[in-house]
Amino acid sequence: MVVDVRGVHYALGGRPIFSDLDVQVRRGRITAIMGPSGTGKTTLLKLITAQVPPDQGELRVFGQELATLGRREVYALRRRMGMLFQNGALLTDMDVFENVAFPVREHTDLPETLIRKLVLTKLQAVGLRGAAALMPAELSGGMARRVALARAIVMDPEVLMYDEPFVGLDPISLGVILRLIKHMNEALGITSIVVSHDVQELATIADDSYLISGGRVAASGTPAQLRASDSPAVRQFMTGCAEGPVPFHYPAPDYATQLLAAED
Amino acid sequence: MSNGDRDGLIVEGIRRLGSVVIFLARLLAQCAPALGRPWLLVHQVYNAGARSLIIIMLSGLFVGMVLGLQGYDLLHRFGSVEALGSAAALGLLKELAPVMTALLFAGRAGTALTSEIGLMRATDQLTAMEIMAVDPMRYVAAPRFLGGVIAMPLLTAIFSVVGLYGAQLIGVQLMGVDRGVFWSQMQDSVELRNVTEGVVKSLVFGTACSLIAVHEGYNAAPTAEGVALATTRTVVASSVLTLLLDYVLTATFL
Repeated sequence: MVVDVRGVHYALGGRPIFSDLDVQVRRGRITAIMGPSGTGKTTLLKLITAQVPPDQGELRVFGQELATLGRREVYALRRRMGMLFQNGALLTDMDVFENVAFPVREHTDLPETLIRKLVLTKLQAVGLRGAAALMPAELSGGMARRVALARAIVMDPEVLMYDEPFVGLDPISLGVILRLIKHMNEALGITSIVVSHDVQELATIADDSYLISGGRVAASGTPAQLRASDSPAVRQFMTGCAEGPVPFHYPAPDYATQLLAAED
Repeated sequence: MSNGDRDGLIVEGIRRLGSVVIFLARLLAQCAPALGRPWLLVHQVYNAGARSLIIIMLSGLFVGMVLGLQGYDLLHRFGSVEALGSAAALGLLKELAPVMTALLFAGRAGTALTSEIGLMRATDQLTAMEIMAVDPMRYVAAPRFLGGVIAMPLLTAIFSVVGLYGAQLIGVQLMGVDRGVFWSQMQDSVELRNVTEGVVKSLVFGTACSLIAVHEGYNAAPTAEGVALATTRTVVASSVLTLLLDYVLTATFL
């Protein structure tokens, strides 16, 4: 078990995000975290990477309870993780090559020739070896995310987290990223956690999946099991209906009343 | 303003002060590791110092020229224009150079620091570093803070020198004060402790202005408005604090 979330409660600004959340990520597998926007999928990654502490509940990563760890130990733990941000989060004052080389330079004393080989290998894997000299501002959103992926894998992490990796990618990049996630999982045995709402894409690569709704796990299992589920909430999400047990609307006063009140 | 509002403001003020002090402690703890990466530090001294050179030299020249003119006008009434050199030198070294440099620094380098760090926060760059197990306090905040602390006394010294040239330009070249008297009076009246006062002031101002700039950027709300507000707060807080500290330090040195 790489990540073990048990009975986690978390509220942000008084609004409960998770209530009694249970998620288990097993070693060497691709785990999909699905759910409508605003269900706290990204927040879950923040909890796992110890950026924010849960209000209540147990959160173990690599068998270590996060709440008991000091700053130094958290950093040691993070060196075994990689994370792909939704917007790439590249460092804007250095070029693509230096961005990918950044974690290597910070954490190792490898000679320059070796760093060069390492970085070029990773850039080749995401198809951007030729873009090594570009600055982040010169990249498209999709390219920036691929560079960020190269940076996330350059230290060979044991677990890799993807925050909405498919948003806004063209079909070719999307296919490449999908194959990369699968390939890194199979060839390198990297445990992957993919947060997304792209059900179709995820279903092709995920081993396990969790559907989060209303602050807890609404359903879990293999993508096939989820698709075959007869739970209304799961069916609604998988088929993409606005009407159903999962509310599409953010809580609001009665529609007609509010419109009529605006006339006065 | 009601009592409740006032209490809220006081509590908020104390909370802010506390957060700055904690930030300073964390920053100082990261300064030694930051010194181990001289290239980062050199880059920041260049950013805060070298890039402020033109504005500092121009302002120094004009302040010196005004000092020469006003000083001449005043001293002329008492028939003691030969004291112009001393007056200009003491005024610049002890007061004008450290204070003006700090105010200009807050506007030129402080705002740049705050908005740069604030934007890094807003675009998740600081979070990305944290996830890569690189402490942004060490990699981003500490070198920028140290860069500012180092740059300020250097800029102040340059301000003083250019200012003196400006005073001399007006006093001696334009108004006809005797060149020998101008410089020798200055030599007689300026003591080492006057120079020390200026250096101490510039170091304190440098620490205060850099701390505020880095702190505001680091804790900026991750939005366009948040970064804008933080930048404004940097200028306002640095300027007010500089003038307040200036009074305290002047009183201490007298």
